[in-house]
Amino acid sequence: MKSAIKQGRTIIFIAFLLSIWELIVRFADVPHWLLPAPSAILKEGFQSYDTFLPHVLATVQLAILGLAIGILCGLTVAVILHRFTFIRELFYPILIMSQNVPVLVLAPLLIIWFGFGLLPKLIIICLVCFFPIVISAMDGFRQTSPELKYYFEMIGATKAQTFWKLEWPYAYPAIFSGIKIAATYSVMGAVIAEWLGAKKGIGVYMTLAQSSFRTDRVFVAIFAIVFLSLLLFSVIRLIEKLVVKGRGLHAQYSKH
Amino acid sequence: MLSIQNIDKSFDSLQVIRNLSFEVKDGEFVAIIGPSGSGKSTLFQLIGGVSSIDKGAILLNGTDIQQKRGTIGYMPQQPCLLPWRTIVENVTIVEELQQKPNIERAKEWLEKVGLASFENAYPNELSGGMQQRVSFIRAIISDKPILCLDEPFSALDEFTRLEMQAWLLSIWEEYRKSILFVTHSIEEALFLADRIIVLTKRPATVKNEILVPFARPRTEEIRHSATFTALKQQLFMYLKEEKDDVNVD
Repeated sequence: MKSAIKQGRTIIFIAFLLSIWELIVRFADVPHWLLPAPSAILKEGFQSYDTFLPHVLATVQLAILGLAIGILCGLTVAVILHRFTFIRELFYPILIMSQNVPVLVLAPLLIIWFGFGLLPKLIIICLVCFFPIVISAMDGFRQTSPELKYYFEMIGATKAQTFWKLEWPYAYPAIFSGIKIAATYSVMGAVIAEWLGAKKGIGVYMTLAQSSFRTDRVFVAIFAIVFLSLLLFSVIRLIEKLVVKGRGLHAQYSKH
Repeated sequence: MLSIQNIDKSFDSLQVIRNLSFEVKDGEFVAIIGPSGSGKSTLFQLIGGVSSIDKGAILLNGTDIQQKRGTIGYMPQQPCLLPWRTIVENVTIVEELQQKPNIERAKEWLEKVGLASFENAYPNELSGGMQQRVSFIRAIISDKPILCLDEPFSALDEFTRLEMQAWLLSIWEEYRKSILFVTHSIEEALFLADRIIVLTKRPATVKNEILVPFARPRTEEIRHSATFTALKQQLFMYLKEEKDDVNVD
């Protein structure tokens, strides 16, 4: 109930901001190609719905596929880095450093190496999603309560059993907060990937709109990206609620 | 049964246990009491096989269990239940490490001790005392020849603690498995144990042993008997001597 009121408040506030935007555009007489009013964007959204939808679906497909691969790679790397100290010491600093390489710079290189197919696009999304998942999963594994770890030692659990029966489930809330961040990144990653060359997608739609000064279409694309990110985020939250059980206190850990 | 023979243990230059020997017989309830920091938890680490002894031997039914994990039943100070598992899944965890767990038997046990309605509940729905009961049942179900209880009631409030002691006693008197019980409460040791081993301050060794003469089944009445008070006094003196020595150092 309380959260419903809170959400309602947020929606009203957003509506308030949009109406200020609308008023400014109307009264200051801002040209349409510079900044369209929200009402004009909405109208454009409805009008070009049919042509826009295939682009959205293409992006959704790309983002989800990329996110899935990113989660898989991220968790695998996190497990390996957590369980093998030697590999962790070797690769962890490199992993951190790699995050300073901007994806936007890397993207054209990937096109040169792998062409215009699906592969370079998936690699870009994967790169974007990968890092938050690895870091949050590793944090989750490490934060396993020492009393429980000691208990597992005393009852004679092997290293593998301690990991799969204790540390892995213990890290669920942390893993999910990583996945939630990655999910919002994945849509953005997909759009960036599409800018570099694709036949369909929000990124393509955006580039076309931009080059023909259809600012209203650019904004339609922006709103679509925001909406898709939120949608993906809520889906992950729903899955989290089904998977993470019995953590009255721990659940707060990931109440984003 | 469990036989600790002249063991020594040091961490770097700090000697924690020196020439410690004692025995727990089949079906016996032995309490270990000692000044804080006297190496009681280290002793459990050694029996549990988590760390190695420098000298001596630890035998369980004649076999050496040094550095062999999973040979004893263990109940820690905190309940240590896994929050994502239901109660019945929690109590079978130890069995699960070795083989397929016997869910039916676990349910029977939970029913016997009045926890049947919580079978499918998660630990966060239970009070601290209830969680400790589950933790004890988990140790029993692990089906090891001896149970090692590490100050299991020290984190509970006074009233719950008394309740838990009576509860533990009622189950144990029926079930009669060897128990090694570490505590720092003199009354708890007297009320529960057949025999009390008093440890010295660090490096720990056996200072004295007291046979508790009360017949079983025991009731709350014995807490008010003259013998209880006398023994309590005696144990208190032993511990005080150790404390005073510490201050002299």
